[in-house]
Amino acid sequence: MSDNLMEVRDLVKHFPISQGVVFQRQVGAVHAVDGVSLDVRRGETLGLVGETGCGKSTTARLMTRLLDPTSGTIAFDGQDVTRAKGHDLKVLRRSVQMIFQDPYSSLNPRKTVGSVIAEPFAIHGMLEGKGERKQRVQELMDRVGLNPEHYNRYPHEFSGGQRQRIGVARAIALEPKMIVADEPVSALDVSIQAQILNLLRELQRDMGLTLVFIAHDLSVVRHMCDRVAVMYLGNVVELADSDALYERPSHPYTGALLSAVPVADVHLAKTKKRQILQGDVPSPSNPPSACRFHTRCPKFVAGHCDVETPQLTEKGPGDLAACHYPLTRSELAGDAIPTAAPPPP
Amino acid sequence: MSPLLDVADLRVEFTTEDGVVHAVDGLSLSVEQGRILGVVGESGSGKSVTGLTVMGLTRGRNAAISGSVKFDGRELLGAGDAELRGIRGNDIAMIFQDPLSSLHPYFTVGKQLVEAHRIHHHGVSKAASRDRAAEMLDLVGIPDPRKRLDNYPHEFSGGMRQRAMIAMALINDPRLLIADEPTTALDVTVQAQILELIQRLQSELGMAVIMVTHDLGVVAELADDVVVMYAGRVVERGTKETIFDAPEHPYTWGLLTSIPRLTTPRGEELVPIAGRPPSLINRPSGCHFHPRCPYCLPRHTREDPRLEPVAGDTGHQVACLLPEDTRREIWRRVKGGVPPEQAREELLSGQEEAR
Repeated sequence: MSDNLMEVRDLVKHFPISQGVVFQRQVGAVHAVDGVSLDVRRGETLGLVGETGCGKSTTARLMTRLLDPTSGTIAFDGQDVTRAKGHDLKVLRRSVQMIFQDPYSSLNPRKTVGSVIAEPFAIHGMLEGKGERKQRVQELMDRVGLNPEHYNRYPHEFSGGQRQRIGVARAIALEPKMIVADEPVSALDVSIQAQILNLLRELQRDMGLTLVFIAHDLSVVRHMCDRVAVMYLGNVVELADSDALYERPSHPYTGALLSAVPVADVHLAKTKKRQILQGDVPSPSNPPSACRFHTRCPKFVAGHCDVETPQLTEKGPGDLAACHYPLTRSELAGDAIPTAAPPPP
Repeated sequence: MSPLLDVADLRVEFTTEDGVVHAVDGLSLSVEQGRILGVVGESGSGKSVTGLTVMGLTRGRNAAISGSVKFDGRELLGAGDAELRGIRGNDIAMIFQDPLSSLHPYFTVGKQLVEAHRIHHHGVSKAASRDRAAEMLDLVGIPDPRKRLDNYPHEFSGGMRQRAMIAMALINDPRLLIADEPTTALDVTVQAQILELIQRLQSELGMAVIMVTHDLGVVAELADDVVVMYAGRVVERGTKETIFDAPEHPYTWGLLTSIPRLTTPRGEELVPIAGRPPSLINRPSGCHFHPRCPYCLPRHTREDPRLEPVAGDTGHQVACLLPEDTRREIWRRVKGGVPPEQAREELLSGQEEAR
């Protein structure tokens, strides 16, 4: 058995932009994901971070096969599932589940919580007996910290945090091998956020889950993930072990992201130098040539970065980055980036 | 020196079909010239309503507002609409969370900026106002400002819209800026740009800023003073350093321990606050935080805590019924990694048990 539960190779997803009412023609494409390769190891938590429009949610939807890739391959547990259909797809669906960002729109308002959580069983023809199914659903509700007596309530009777728990219960119902969580806490208040994060970690520990955790909050990702992939405009620009990434980022974009996070520490906030990136993320329908970050990069070298596309290569132990001019130690020591505390022994 | 803005015992209640919503309940705060006040709290804590009420934007048939809001010695709550219009957008300006829905999609950015200027400067020519608008866009860092005046909001990116909003808010040199979650809708690199901009403009123009946010990181970076709100009330107030280094209220502790940080060792367990924010229609009795407080004692469910100064620090006030030394001991332990239940067990077990 390979160490990798999922292997993604050169994944591309372009969304066509068309014009015309009757005779539609394609006038361009949004390059949402453009050549992403990564492995998800068994039992780990892999983080995907990046700003709006970097393709992290599209990657999640491709990994769960909710979207079909334009090109590239996805292998799950040694099987190529890129074009899986029918029975094969159903098997994949059972093993890979998803938790969505918005706990308000991801639950059917006309169904009771019990039937929302029981739906995976209905789809896969499991636990046919009614009493059996109800019992299992109530166990699940209890598992995620909901009152099992609320089985017959509707989603609107629950708060945001509780709804997210319902989403978690639904995702673990079939005992999947992998869960892709797309911004599971960003719609929640801080005090509730911690409850859900703790729940996810606990479930992962108890069920041996592999977790793909997507977020834009770098502190949350550091807290949750063993490895982190940083995305920018449809590419993975850095893929590293959490500790390596937060202590010595190699890609200038990662460095800038880390320095931009407001830290809830008054003393650090005073000494920290923020590195401010200029401008906004360029449009994914017309991405910059070669290294896509070159338009905002503080280390941009004309004639190289905008001509030759950098590949993901090893820049340090456990650290892959796609950059011609990675951050050096002295640049990191220049306090441009807040260095993280050493990992617990 | 008297503070620029002095809010005393402000109450805002909205009558709805479901009952009376006590959005703000006896809130007092003050901001001095040239200071940044951070107002933190979760959704439904009344922080936004406070900002809106200072601007006179919550007036309506179903709103009952009482207390006092004094700006530079002038009472704003009783002020007439005309007087308020002279202050709003002129002396006190506001920026909102969502820059797209706060700009009018039908008019160019330039027209909206010019309008904001001319409404308070009668007799100024359109050309002069346009110059001023371009100057403001330049100030907030929008390249090629003259050309950009003729753009519509949809032609701006999220960060640029927020810059345009800030330009509009500052066009009349306000003395107080109320920023209601100004960076929540933005990406982290753009957020850093906007925070730096607000900080730079604040120090250049010497205005006072009220920064309403749920993000403790933003407060730590930007604010001078902090007010922590819960269920429409101030539960703790102090300088930024006091709030982060020596917080006294269990809710503040909860906020501080429930966020993962880049500076703590990875993998450390988060200590969330149990339960969820209360309904503002049927508020809990006694201390409003008691149903979620790990250190709640029976009398806390009956008695209402008052915001009282902490001994030895007049600028630091807290509304908590626990004795001061017990509080300090609890925080010392919880900060050191002791779970709240254990800290309660160790320090409060002798006291009557009921939760």
